[in-house]
Amino acid sequence: MDIHEYQAKELLAKFGVPVPRGGLAYSPEQAVYRAHEIGGTRCVVKAQIHSGARGKAGGIKVCKSDDEIEAAAEGLLGKKLVTIQTGPSGKLVSRLYVEEATDIDKEIYLSFVMDRAAEKIVVVSSAAGGMDIEEISHSQPDTIIKVAVDPAVGMQGFQAREVAFGLGVEPEIVGKLERVILGCYRAFRDLDASMLEINPLVITKQKQVVALDAKMSFDENALFRRPQIAELRDKSQEDSRETYANDRGLSYVGLDGDIGCIVNGAGLAMATLDMIKLAGGEPANFLDIGGGASPERVTKSFKAVLRDKNVKAILVNVFAGINRCDWVAKGVVDAIKELEIKVPIVVRLAGTNVEEGRKIIDQSGLTMISAETLADAANKAVAAAKNAA
Amino acid sequence: MAIFINENTPILVQGFTGRIGTFHAQEMIDYGTNVVGGVTPGKGGTSHLGRPVFNTMKGAVDETKAEASIVFVPPPFAADAIMEAADAGIKYCVCITDGIPTQDMIRVKRYMRRYKKENRMVLTGPNCAGTISPGKAMLGIMPGHIYMPGRVGIVGRSGTLGYEAASQLMALGIGVSTSVGIGGDPINGSSFKDVLEHFAQDPDTDAVMMIGEIGGPQEAEAGEYIRDHFKKPVVAYIAGLSAPKGRRMGHAGAIVSAFGEAAAEKVEILANCGVAIAPTPSEMGATVQRVLAGRKAA
Repeated sequence: MDIHEYQAKELLAKFGVPVPRGGLAYSPEQAVYRAHEIGGTRCVVKAQIHSGARGKAGGIKVCKSDDEIEAAAEGLLGKKLVTIQTGPSGKLVSRLYVEEATDIDKEIYLSFVMDRAAEKIVVVSSAAGGMDIEEISHSQPDTIIKVAVDPAVGMQGFQAREVAFGLGVEPEIVGKLERVILGCYRAFRDLDASMLEINPLVITKQKQVVALDAKMSFDENALFRRPQIAELRDKSQEDSRETYANDRGLSYVGLDGDIGCIVNGAGLAMATLDMIKLAGGEPANFLDIGGGASPERVTKSFKAVLRDKNVKAILVNVFAGINRCDWVAKGVVDAIKELEIKVPIVVRLAGTNVEEGRKIIDQSGLTMISAETLADAANKAVAAAKNAA
Repeated sequence: MAIFINENTPILVQGFTGRIGTFHAQEMIDYGTNVVGGVTPGKGGTSHLGRPVFNTMKGAVDETKAEASIVFVPPPFAADAIMEAADAGIKYCVCITDGIPTQDMIRVKRYMRRYKKENRMVLTGPNCAGTISPGKAMLGIMPGHIYMPGRVGIVGRSGTLGYEAASQLMALGIGVSTSVGIGGDPINGSSFKDVLEHFAQDPDTDAVMMIGEIGGPQEAEAGEYIRDHFKKPVVAYIAGLSAPKGRRMGHAGAIVSAFGEAAAEKVEILANCGVAIAPTPSEMGATVQRVLAGRKAA
């Protein structure tokens, strides 16, 4: 789960990481008010969306007067900001963060990630801050410093100092940087984060270490024990199709094609999307209804898939293990009747009681196409979508 | 022979008396698995499905001499259950639970390093369908009847895609020695390479079907191991060719976040390591058949 920059900064401040003074604004008037509260001659108006690379997309504006602040706020609020990370549809800006401007002397890249190979939290840092990490690892790989943390004892001071000295900062900064790195580590560990990135972490002309930006993501499996993090979810930043499905316990990812997919199991769902692509079609979504495909979940899945108006055909692919195909087939038939579905539906059932299941599909009198194998199902779904188009 | 479990392996069920534990324990017993009891803290001394219930894993292992266990404990307590199994001297543990926090799994893996490798419990999962040695024992939630006994090993992240492979093999008259699910989480008990090391030692496994997906470094690591050390033929299918970068596809671990983690990149790495690639998920069985035929001809 992603959160906004201002939320990440609030969290990090509690762990002793210095952040610039700032405040939230929902209107141009409020933005000006915030700037006056903060004081100073310059401020930065920052669009709050779940994406990096906002600066290049025009989402971050340095302002010197009330007029400039108002104009910046007006230009951003209520608009969709398109960055290289949001995709072409962009993300809605519904709040701004107004922040004091900082006198930057040096920019540092600092992040914490879960290293799946090492099975440890790893700190990644570079003196080439400001650029994104892909760029740094491409153009200046020698500047990257990595330190892995032993989960039994947590991060030690010497490890943070290793990073600080490795960055080549002045001796008087090392202690401050050490505290920031250890604070970030504690925030990452104590809040069950999955990613924390401060880019840039700056050293100011006044010799302070300040997090100028902050990005955090959290382990969704741990939200049950982090209610204060779960509250930070902003549904306006999600694909509305995904919000609807995920709020109903379905694992759904929205895609750009026209063939809706309902599959049990994440791996089989991915494989089904692959088969559709190979057959020359484009999937509209990934949807895993879970190991058991109860009639209620089948109905919910159809509802979720049909919210996407691009869907021209639906492919149901269920490998019945513990449950039985006849039961799944009945669920599908009931759902189609209840929802009065008009788009063609291809149903591929496999596993326990497959013959009985197919019989129910074929004898339902509904416009369903039954398929035997994965390949057969994909071909029929692609053909059905093309005919409907 | 088979790997990890056979018809004699004494097995405990952790989270035995819960709804899910009860259902699948019964299925396992019906399959012929040697379930010797279970653990539910607070219900020790009672009996469930005709087997004794214990309060602690230590108590259960002392009494039953169990060697393997299966975890159906809910996510908040699952890491604790796995560590309890490791501490009680269990040799092989399957964790079915989906939704364990990543940092809990990091702690589990760190805890298990306290034991010397020869005494260390082997964990597969979490977030997997389990392990089955067809015709012998089932330690999982899969439909047992789609697996035919035979000589091809299966190792995969996904449950249902593993079923797909097993049923394709059965349709071609090819049986399975053992099928192992390593699960869809980013931090898991055993990697593809770990399981392949066991298949390498098994005289009754002739070839291995490996089912990977996007995300993480384990498929590439397995590729290097296969190229340098693994003497049996390996067929691989990697799911998620159409998955967009940076999006999580159902499994907590199925997300492309670095170079080499996309399906196409993994396919290329594995192909370069001498692995036969099933080009589509509907050709997993046929690819195994072709590789086996080539091996006999050679």
